[in-house]
Amino acid sequence: MTALSLKNINKSFGPVHVLKDINLDVEDGEFVVFVGPSGCGKSTLLRVIAGLEDATSGEIRIAGEQVNLTPPSKRGIAMVFQSYALYPHLNVRGNLTLALKQERQPKTVIEERVVEASRMLGLEPYLNRYPSELSGGQRQRVAIGRAIVRQPKLFLFDEPLSNLDAALRMNTRIEIANLHRQLSASMIYVTHDQTEAMTLADKIVVLRDGRVEQIGSPMDLYNDPANRFVAGFLGSPSMNFLPADALTPGDPREMGLRPEDIRLEGGGPIAGTVTHVEQLGGDTNVILQTARAPLTIRLFGQHAIAPGNDVQFGYDPSRAYYFGDDGQRLRIE
Amino acid sequence: MNKARSNPLNTYAMHGALILYTLIALFPVFVILINSFKSRKAIFREPLALPDAESFSMIGYQTVMKQGDFFLYFQNSLIVTVASLALVLLFGAMAAYALSEYRFRGNTLMGLYLALGIMIPIRIGTVAILEMMVASGLVNTLWALILVYTAQGLPLAVFILSEFMKQVSDDLKNAGRIDGLSEYTIFFRLVLPLVRPAMATVAVFNMIPIWNDLWFPLILAPAEETKTLTLGSQVFIGQFVTDWNAVLSALSMAILPVLILYVIFSRQLIRGITSGAVK
Repeated sequence: MTALSLKNINKSFGPVHVLKDINLDVEDGEFVVFVGPSGCGKSTLLRVIAGLEDATSGEIRIAGEQVNLTPPSKRGIAMVFQSYALYPHLNVRGNLTLALKQERQPKTVIEERVVEASRMLGLEPYLNRYPSELSGGQRQRVAIGRAIVRQPKLFLFDEPLSNLDAALRMNTRIEIANLHRQLSASMIYVTHDQTEAMTLADKIVVLRDGRVEQIGSPMDLYNDPANRFVAGFLGSPSMNFLPADALTPGDPREMGLRPEDIRLEGGGPIAGTVTHVEQLGGDTNVILQTARAPLTIRLFGQHAIAPGNDVQFGYDPSRAYYFGDDGQRLRIE
Repeated sequence: MNKARSNPLNTYAMHGALILYTLIALFPVFVILINSFKSRKAIFREPLALPDAESFSMIGYQTVMKQGDFFLYFQNSLIVTVASLALVLLFGAMAAYALSEYRFRGNTLMGLYLALGIMIPIRIGTVAILEMMVASGLVNTLWALILVYTAQGLPLAVFILSEFMKQVSDDLKNAGRIDGLSEYTIFFRLVLPLVRPAMATVAVFNMIPIWNDLWFPLILAPAEETKTLTLGSQVFIGQFVTDWNAVLSALSMAILPVLILYVIFSRQLIRGITSGAVK
């Protein structure tokens, strides 16, 4: 069954057309990530699904039911916000139970779900604390707990990790992935961070300027991007683009090379001067100025390369991507 | 304050200036207070002297208690002030919430219209207000005053509160909507507690002019049973003779309730004034 289906969704704020003809199906139990640069409409799309904004046109179905006119609380969704948005005047228990009390669930059910959610998230010691007495990570867990207790048909996450520091972000990311496995619930997750998108998603939706650029599994998008934007957006460091002309004279196309597909090779076709080296221990990133374009190269292991060195590199022609003038991928060699 | 960044001379100068200002500000209050405990002759002979055994006299307070129904005036002032403040805060906050939260046609225009009252003094409309009150039969009732003061206080309240309400996190309100809270619950339970400092600021700014006002009580409600404290005290000020003992005693007593209300609001007020500056 489809947990969510969007048909021809459009959204305008006055003259500004924010979402342009979005079509999407989310299968039951799927983890879908909306990713794109800021201002691409991904948060607006999430808010349209939640019912916090009305779609200008199009149809939204959650678990088969059309919900265009259903208020957010009746859509069977739960949302986790970037700023946590905990109720400051309620303690953790109050925050977890408020929605259930609004739904007039019996006391025993409420208690059962709170016990279950606080066990999953390790919130038992904090149930009587107020949000102001919790750390950022604990607040985010309460926010997630508030979503879990509702047992929604669809979880919505709006950049939930952006306010956490790097170490905590990784832990919470793993926790969310585990949670998805345990609950086998359908989840939609908005982020601008492609690492989060790649690590969490069953299916990634890449958005740009209110349009869906490509939908697919993380590895599909990585290995087989439909256009230059998707190719450049996923992967870190991002893909190098250079005129194909530089390597095969007379070729009008634009060529894309992933930094890890370029290797050190004396006498190789790519030559240039090293301008900067990032030694990460496990990897070495080399930034190179060639005659036509700057290149980023990712070498595994540690290499003794210093800025100012002149070096040569080779690449695997079968791992090169080609794009036309309109930015679309050209698949025929 | 950071010790490394302040030199002692600056600190002394700052405290000196503040103490000087406090003295200047409190001096009239002090003069009123000491003179209210002195006999008439002593007031005129040495207005700045403290009351001593010879000049001490409670005659002013006795006159006030005897003449007119002072406690009724007191009660009237209190009812008018508290009721007006409550209405200003309630309606001001509601209008401010609508302006800051909902997108609708003419939102900005409506905001400007509501703020217009800050620039136009309400007293310009006194004659029209009086005619309206006569027509509606509200003359010589406390309602006349409450309504006028509510109208007078609303523009500034809407202006200040809508600025503060814009700062309340959208996520919090949306979380409430997803959890099934009604717009009223979101307003009263989530938003209002977060703008409490701003509410206190508005309350203090409105309270003192209302309490001290003489103009509207004199015009709209001069009857004996609706007189406010300020108006009641005027009986002691005659064209030819003024009973200074009574005036000063009445004023001294009039300070008290405002002082109490101010202390209640002031903790919130200080937070309100500094809340934007220090985060």
